[in-house]
Amino acid sequence: MRRASWFNITSLTLGFAFLYLPMVLLVFYSFNSSKLVTVWAGFSTKWYGELIRNEAFLDAAVVTLKVAVISSTLATILGTMAAYVLVRGGKFMGRTLFSGMVYAPLVMPEVITGLSLLLLFIGIGLDRGVLTIVLAHTTFSMCYVSVVVSSRLVTFDRSLEEAALDLGCSPFDAFRLVTLPIIAPAVISGWLLAFTLSLDDLVIASFTTGPSSTTLPIKIWSAVRLGVSPEINALSTIMIGVVTVGVIAASLISKHRTVKAQHDLQAAERGTS
Amino acid sequence: MNIRRFILIAVPYAWLLALFFIPFFIVFKISLSDLALAIPPYSPTVKDGIFNMLSAFDFENFTFLASDDLYWKAYLSSLKIALISTIFAVIVGYPMAYGMARAPDEWRPTLMMLVILPFWTSFLIRVYAWVGILSNEGLLNQLLLWLGLIDAPLTIMNTTTAVYIGIVYTYLPFMILPIYAALDRLDESLIEAAEDLGCSRTKAFWLVTVPLSRNGIIAGCFLVFIPALGEFVIPSLLGGSGTLMIGKVLFEEFFNNRDWPVASAVAVVLLLILIVPITLFQRNQQRQAEADT
Repeated sequence: MRRASWFNITSLTLGFAFLYLPMVLLVFYSFNSSKLVTVWAGFSTKWYGELIRNEAFLDAAVVTLKVAVISSTLATILGTMAAYVLVRGGKFMGRTLFSGMVYAPLVMPEVITGLSLLLLFIGIGLDRGVLTIVLAHTTFSMCYVSVVVSSRLVTFDRSLEEAALDLGCSPFDAFRLVTLPIIAPAVISGWLLAFTLSLDDLVIASFTTGPSSTTLPIKIWSAVRLGVSPEINALSTIMIGVVTVGVIAASLISKHRTVKAQHDLQAAERGTS
Repeated sequence: MNIRRFILIAVPYAWLLALFFIPFFIVFKISLSDLALAIPPYSPTVKDGIFNMLSAFDFENFTFLASDDLYWKAYLSSLKIALISTIFAVIVGYPMAYGMARAPDEWRPTLMMLVILPFWTSFLIRVYAWVGILSNEGLLNQLLLWLGLIDAPLTIMNTTTAVYIGIVYTYLPFMILPIYAALDRLDESLIEAAEDLGCSRTKAFWLVTVPLSRNGIIAGCFLVFIPALGEFVIPSLLGGSGTLMIGKVLFEEFFNNRDWPVASAVAVVLLLILIVPITLFQRNQQRQAEADT
């Protein structure tokens, strides 16, 4: 019994309008030719041109991408290991502390994480720069990866792994040949999540960065503190565009895969009956 | 013990110990030291000898926090702002989650994607989008003036109202998703049974649907309340000097006043305040995980 009632349609429409209108307006006004952002003075793409010619932004974008690729890859490896330990590790000493450390960073205020990491880096005499941002980002995003991957591992049929072990696989081969292909979608979405978290982070990067490595959010922050800027609107539009295309593509791929899996299942059932 | 299993546990364990757990003790240590004109800008340090360092520690920074009005007010106003925003997020988020759970099956993947999409979009940009809307000559005031609803522009930017809007807006998906997950699992025959037994639709909603989605509401509230409490970007960008929040105070203490010991003390107290909701949240998550298996 699923009918769309008027109440539900209204609450969804208003809710999504609230979620999307600000972004739509931001995109719209990035094509405004006026420097005054709230006064419409005709269509223009000149702010995109200014943005591309702005080398400080380009440099920051390169640093940000470098940090995001390295930290999300490390976070995916560590986070998948942590998820495996939590779901399949059984009992070991300090398990409670371990699961606490995996879940706590998810809700820890960024100012505390940033401050504590900075004080650590100063304490051990590590120069602040790309390396320290990578270490910081890996630490908090591995926890997100671990949550995503462990939710997949929990629903995963353990007898498949046991069958592989019975048939002579080593535990490592069983993981590589059976478990990993099945949890791969979760691992990939974990990587993507870690990547976007790293691209997005302002507070932790502000604490752990050095003078030579400014990331894009830090650059955006110093620009928007002075008020609305059309260049930032253009940059935001590009970022929103990339994310939108990515998310839509990912959901189409997963939909395609589900449909295909259903077809395969039906074909298999026809074959056996 | 198998060596592979040992490595599997030890590597992520050691990483989190070194980069998440131990740093808290360093923050605590520095909160006990004094501001100094040195690099790093606090004293004593380990270089002064362990014994000298320990004997020079005191709780001066904490008594300073307690005596200065600014910090008390900042903690209280953060709690208030986080609490009120959480309530608004439930009011906005619950009907959306309910609408999604009741939507026809073929709509659901699209609706789900629409909720998740803002997750992937830059947090900073989503907060920034409101600057152009809420400012005095912004789009909201232009619209209201044009409609004739107001005669003079409303001051929303740089007030607490703007911070509420910002928090509800950015954290809304965190509220919707757990409530939706709870409502999606809900057995609809229970509602039908309540209606068959003479409940009105509204009554069945309050007596059956809401209690059964309680875990989702609780999870959503924690996911909004806890990060909102230490929020820095939203009060700085939308609240301006008109809002006092502890995350902002900590950031400014560190970067503008360069007083590391006081900033550390602020962090220690914030952490102590957060221990209660974080423990409750983890217990709620564990209970839910046990209920699922």
